[in-house]
Amino acid sequence: MGDVAIRAEGLGKQYRIGERQKYKALRDTLTDALYVPLRKARSLFGGSNCDRVAETTIWALKDVSFEIIQGEVVGVIGRNGAGKSTLLKILSRITEPTRGFVDVCGRVGSLLEVGTGFHPELTGRENVYLNGSIIGMRKGEIDRKFDEIVAFAEIEQFLDTPIKFYSSGMYMRLAFSVAAHLEPEILLVDEVLAVGDAVFQKKCLGKIGDVAKSGRTVVFVSHNLAAIRSICQKCIVLEKGELALSGNANHCVDYHLSGTFKSTNGSSVVFSNPSKQRLRMRAAAIICNESPSTRALMGDTMAISVKFASDMPIRRPQLGFTVSNQEGISILHGSNRYQPSPEFDTAVTEGEIRCDLGMVPLSAGQYSITLYFGDQGEDTHVVKDALYFEVLEKDVWGCGKIHPSNVSSLWWPTNFRFYASNPPQNG
Amino acid sequence: MNTEAGSLSLPPGTSAIASWSRIQPSRGWAAFNFKELWQYRELAYFLAWRDVKVRYKQTLIGVSWVLLQPLTMMSAFWLLFGRITPMPLENVPYPLYILVALIPWQFFSRVISESTNSLITDQRLITRVYFPRLVVPIATALTASVDFGLAMCLVAFLMIWFGIVPGVALGLLPVAILLMMAASLGVGAWLSALNVEYRDVMHAIPFLVQFWFFVTPVLYGTSLLPDSWRWIFSLNPMTIVVETFRWSLLGTAPTDFYISATSATIAVFSLFSGLMWFRRRESSFVDSLGGGA
Repeated sequence: MGDVAIRAEGLGKQYRIGERQKYKALRDTLTDALYVPLRKARSLFGGSNCDRVAETTIWALKDVSFEIIQGEVVGVIGRNGAGKSTLLKILSRITEPTRGFVDVCGRVGSLLEVGTGFHPELTGRENVYLNGSIIGMRKGEIDRKFDEIVAFAEIEQFLDTPIKFYSSGMYMRLAFSVAAHLEPEILLVDEVLAVGDAVFQKKCLGKIGDVAKSGRTVVFVSHNLAAIRSICQKCIVLEKGELALSGNANHCVDYHLSGTFKSTNGSSVVFSNPSKQRLRMRAAAIICNESPSTRALMGDTMAISVKFASDMPIRRPQLGFTVSNQEGISILHGSNRYQPSPEFDTAVTEGEIRCDLGMVPLSAGQYSITLYFGDQGEDTHVVKDALYFEVLEKDVWGCGKIHPSNVSSLWWPTNFRFYASNPPQNG
Repeated sequence: MNTEAGSLSLPPGTSAIASWSRIQPSRGWAAFNFKELWQYRELAYFLAWRDVKVRYKQTLIGVSWVLLQPLTMMSAFWLLFGRITPMPLENVPYPLYILVALIPWQFFSRVISESTNSLITDQRLITRVYFPRLVVPIATALTASVDFGLAMCLVAFLMIWFGIVPGVALGLLPVAILLMMAASLGVGAWLSALNVEYRDVMHAIPFLVQFWFFVTPVLYGTSLLPDSWRWIFSLNPMTIVVETFRWSLLGTAPTDFYISATSATIAVFSLFSGLMWFRRRESSFVDSLGGGA
């Protein structure tokens, strides 16, 4: 221990987001070739074109430096667009950094996209060899691990069937199995755990644990904060392409969870209005048991509160929301567009909407709320994952047992009644 | 490495003491990394093997297509040109005269047109896994080599049929094959790298191939050309390939030194310039192709 496996210094990646980026036609380059000298000449004579450049490029990663010690399992967390995937892409050499460098020690294997290169016409056996060699295994290595791979994927009897006839579950299992047997010194994992059934997910987590135990380094990107807590010792938190925090995993996850509410008191979010929507949200908050909070116990009552502003006076604003679990799958939704709703007596330009969710039957875990705001006609302001909250385990019924959280995101408060089929003999 | 390193089944070729490598922006004309390419030779093999396996799936006559294509083209040209305008062809049966040139030509045209699209069709691979991107066009050339090998069996069969015995010039066949590979891969590398950024290439390919076919001495020999045209043919790397195939297999007279030397130099030059260009553009492929979600 103690040896560095990955060392990043001043890592930066710039992307062009202009329309031309995707398909550059020869014509464009020719016209560019004509105009660029002109433009340069113009900027020389005082006219500044710097704004143009700034508009069409973004830094997906900016000046990120960190060290990862050999044998560590390191989680990378951050909100969507924070640069997590870009970081993994650079580490796996798929794309080059624009600035800075990373030194890596040993072979890097990635689970960025399992099943890459699978061909539907080929059989399971053939795809194991094809996919194995694509992700960087030697033929001899695949030969040796072949039985293990097939056993892990549980597809023995379909080995010689073209995989176009596989179920999606079989396909995923085989794909993950090949990737999991790569055994590189550094393993990059990105969100693979979102696929497959619960049993298989457990197996995958176990596999990552095994990889870690055998002294290899794992870099693990996930929105599944529970998994991060359980298998990572350290974490890197990215915010808008920059390194916000690194260190102890629990500490980082807490920071990340609280960081998303930084703007006010930790339970609400204030929206700026860059897109100049005519009807927009100004702030939103989660309320648990009548006080702003990001943590709720199972069985607590919750509410969402949204402050809004409108250019035109409005009588009946519409608020919709979806609650997503940590895998990003939306599990609940509500909206006053589809149900009876009050309205303002006189049209207003500013106001507040409160939506009482009542007792929310969510299992323990992390959730995010996406908000849709608008009028009868359309949603004018949509904020994905605007609010985050965590539900903690609680013995709701006071019977000494807790609804398990790994079965599903929802538990249902039900009444059970028993009826005996054979009436009692001795009454 | 960790103390448990001994128990890890490290792949052959990776030493127990893992080596450091640096990932950083590449600038300018980076050196070509043949060592790395060699490490990925199995991937090229597997990609080629996939293409061979998949290509004739769900076809009625399967691999026979490999032989049917040159045979039909040969027959068509034979009927058209052999009958209508008989040419003096140094006592070689015209069908064989065409076929021997047609097979390297088909290799060339297949490699350049397929490798042009190869980076786009294997886009999912490229945007998700790292490997030297040159493996993709090389795999296309390998796939075409399988067809080439089978077609050469057809040539051997026809040579026995017509009772043609090659002379000492047969020793030049490997040189001809190497030049064929160099020209195909070189032009293929150029076009595939260009096509990632400029999809215009994809649309220009059919015309390019057709035009190139007529300036390659497949249906005729360079000896039949008027002197004033010769320089055009000397600029075509396929001239030397086609002519050397005929010379080594059928014993026709070799082309003059000026054409051979220029054409061969251009074939080799296209290989090296193609590889350099490819290497230079390689790093921006993923950004041009788009990461995908």
